[in-house]
Amino acid sequence: MTAERSLSAVLNVNDEERAVHLKPTDTLLFVLREKLGLSGAKPGCLNGDCGACTVNIDGLAMKSCLMLAVESLNKKITTIEGLKGTPIQQAFVEHFAFQCGYCTPGFIMNCHAMLNTVPDANDDTIAEWLNSNICRCTGYQEIEGAVRSIVKKNQMNRKRP
Amino acid sequence: MDYIGKSVIRQEAWDKVSGKAKYTADDSSPGILHAKLVVSPYAHARIKSIKTEKASHVFGVRAVLAGERFPLTGEEIRDRPPLATERVRYHGEAVALVVADTPHLAKKAADLIEIEYEPLPVVNNPTEALKKDAPLVHEQLGTYQKEERVYPVPGTNIANQTKIRKGNMEKGWAESEVTVEEYFSFSPSDHAAMETRCSMCEIRSNGDVVITSSSQAPFMIKRLIHEYFEVDIGKVIVETPFVGGGYGGKASIQLELLAYLACKAAGGRKVKLLNSREEDILTSPVHIGLDARVRLGSTEEGEIKAAELLFLFDGGAYSDKAADLSKAAAADCTGPYDIDNVWCNSLCMYTNHPYAAPFRGFSHSELLFAIERTMDSLAEKLGMDRLLLRYKNAIKPGDTTPTQVPLNKSNVGNLPACIRRLKEIIDWDEGVAKDIGNNKIRAKGVSCIWKTSTIESDAGSGVILTFNPDGSINLMSGIIEIGTGTKTVLAQILAERMKMEISQIHVQMEVNTQSTPEHWKTVASRGTFLAGRAVLEAAEDVIRQLKNIASCVLRAKASDLTVAFGKVFLRDDPSIGIDVKDIAYGYTFPNGNAIGGQIIGRGHYNLRHLTHMNKETGAGKPGPEWSVGAQAVEVEFDKRDLTYRIIRAVSVVDIGTVLNEMAAKGQVMGAMSMGLSFGSRETFKFDEFGRVMNSQLRTYRPIRYSEHPDYVVDFVVTPQVDAAYGARGAGEHGILGMPAALGNALSIAAGVKLNELPLTPELIWRVKKKEGFSDAFI
Ligand code: FES
Ligand code: FES
Repeated sequence: MTAERSLSAVLNVNDEERAVHLKPTDTLLFVLREKLGLSGAKPGCLNGDCGACTVNIDGLAMKSCLMLAVESLNKKITTIEGLKGTPIQQAFVEHFAFQCGYCTPGFIMNCHAMLNTVPDANDDTIAEWLNSNICRCTGYQEIEGAVRSIVKKNQMNRKRP
Repeated sequence: MDYIGKSVIRQEAWDKVSGKAKYTADDSSPGILHAKLVVSPYAHARIKSIKTEKASHVFGVRAVLAGERFPLTGEEIRDRPPLATERVRYHGEAVALVVADTPHLAKKAADLIEIEYEPLPVVNNPTEALKKDAPLVHEQLGTYQKEERVYPVPGTNIANQTKIRKGNMEKGWAESEVTVEEYFSFSPSDHAAMETRCSMCEIRSNGDVVITSSSQAPFMIKRLIHEYFEVDIGKVIVETPFVGGGYGGKASIQLELLAYLACKAAGGRKVKLLNSREEDILTSPVHIGLDARVRLGSTEEGEIKAAELLFLFDGGAYSDKAADLSKAAAADCTGPYDIDNVWCNSLCMYTNHPYAAPFRGFSHSELLFAIERTMDSLAEKLGMDRLLLRYKNAIKPGDTTPTQVPLNKSNVGNLPACIRRLKEIIDWDEGVAKDIGNNKIRAKGVSCIWKTSTIESDAGSGVILTFNPDGSINLMSGIIEIGTGTKTVLAQILAERMKMEISQIHVQMEVNTQSTPEHWKTVASRGTFLAGRAVLEAAEDVIRQLKNIASCVLRAKASDLTVAFGKVFLRDDPSIGIDVKDIAYGYTFPNGNAIGGQIIGRGHYNLRHLTHMNKETGAGKPGPEWSVGAQAVEVEFDKRDLTYRIIRAVSVVDIGTVLNEMAAKGQVMGAMSMGLSFGSRETFKFDEFGRVMNSQLRTYRPIRYSEHPDYVVDFVVTPQVDAAYGARGAGEHGILGMPAALGNALSIAAGVKLNELPLTPELIWRVKKKEGFSDAFI
């Protein structure tokens, strides 16, 4: 038996063009972690259940364990490593919205996409988005506090002329 | 400086929100080999044959392990082969292992291993396990090597038994005018940490065994690899980076042993063994289950006179830490109540279920579910207010525990104060249940809690401090940062004691057993207590050294000097002094003479005066102090379809001095969330063959964002005299009364006794049907 064929590709990750060898069956999560050294996205179930692997694809939250790397060709991939001091990161820090931190990159990427898509999300919308991630350490109330603080800021900014 | 009680942001916060924090599986350096397990599809079966031929021929396969006998393992009783050989005893047990170049190839080869089994009858719960004619899970129980204070009964499925005999039961029953008796049952469940367990191992050419593991107990790994496989203890080096949640589940040593064996089989090359979620749930150790019977007797005024308890813990196929869990439950079996006459038998039963690891609360949320549900039954029968009954019997200084430890103002928190505070917060006087129309009822349930940590009587912790040339300090402690923020709290303690800026303290987050001083295990909410004391001692050590050097430079007695604000100065004339940075690496006089060198401080703290529990009576001092609290849960229950929402959950806990307010609240809230999840929805669903039917996070479904109630956390402060700045443990207490309070609320709302977990609408429906309620939907 022999190894599977791999192909060369260029992925756009965090605003950089990255050349990589990948197999058609490789998930995006696998390629990010094992080939590109971007270990921020975490494996938690490889099944779409936990959200720890969430990244943004063209600005939308995606579970990278459910996506093949080849599907992300010609798309903009953003991982937690691509966020630099964003308000939501700051809010997570201030609100103690994590403990072990394992679910955190996934949560932040999900929040980031949500806040860009629906900057003034109401509570139902927030719940709808954030239900796709699991945090086992916090009581979620801290995460709620962090997200709401940004929504509130967005609303205030909008009201200003 | 004023760092005690402040919500100092955790030291590693920015690493964790930017994806830079490294966990064990994040190491993907080239050349690492990958191991994959083959696990048993049966709960109990004889292994007839294993064929590995095809697997070894797969491209990229470097080693295949199967059918080989390795030394038996287990922390209390050596009853567990790392890989099953003749027999499998639980669904998911590891039978074979493949090492290959990539995870895909390892999986491919693992799928080609052919194993033939002959199914055996299964022991599917601890009550069955106790029956005379039950199949034996371990026929050789009598021949296993074991620790001295574990008491298995060969020829039965009893892995350990602990007895509590306090007072005089006959007298207790005679004085009881009212008695109640209740039965409880729940299956094992899982820790479900978001990071699945991962271990890596490499054997260097000098024979050093280097293990990296997502563990709460790296020093225990070191000890056990040495004991099981006869590697010199100094040659075992264990590293632990950040851990993605432990909750007790990563305090058991399991995957590390397999990673070591895999690595050895692959000629010492670095091997990574990462659990899939399914393996993490099935194969690695789980959260213990329990069947219990509780009898309480009291006077008509509600003074409890007698308690008789039988705990049958579902320890699963191997005893490992379950033996200890059953003992800890016995030690605190009555809940936080002053009861003079107590009889308890706590048995750890072997079954054909996944075996148990410690779980947050170390068997206390489990035993408290039984006790606190029975307290509600008693209150009902007495026609007495549920909180008043608890208040009347609340444990206090001057009382004794079930293991006959006299309590004083320091070693037990203030339970009556917690109950009073809880009563206000939840508007208790407005009534326990309210019909809010639309077929909905709001109901409140309460529970009191307590816990001591039944830990090894010599458990200890060490701390090393080293100075940098700028006067800042590196703090090294063997505590694992599993999310509790303990390392930040240690920095607060040090900053407070040294009276220096916390930004000048650099805490080493990773642990390496070769260079980090030992900390027993990061479990049992003992981290702050043990390591906190060690930090204070190390601080004294560096202060002494700083003063010694400064005394030469300043030509003053060391005892006349003070260290604070980055300086050493004369107590009575602060204008005469020297900056710490100028002596942190020693001091060089103008003529070139030098004294001292880099200042290195050390501190250590060991538990003291703990004693073993007596085999016949349980008398003994199992832990240093008892923390207490009172909790409540409010639900909105739909009478038609028996569904409910958890509206509010409240904890009033006495954790002594609160060192970091937001971090402590976060700990309590997180533990409450876990307790509610356990109480309301988490369990393994076993089929009649003892197989776990729900080993994925979509079928084993922890609480999610939109299901969280409002959390209220409040503190009553009774400083523990012994502890650094008076802090008690805080990591577990939030969980302890949640299942019980939820059970109490729902029992009130549904009008039936709910004595099983998890409290699903289906359970409520089944109980209602059994109690003869006509169709609940009408
Ligand atoms: S790892 Fe992708 S959702 Fe869990
Ligand atoms: S912080 Fe640990 S799982 Fe969310």
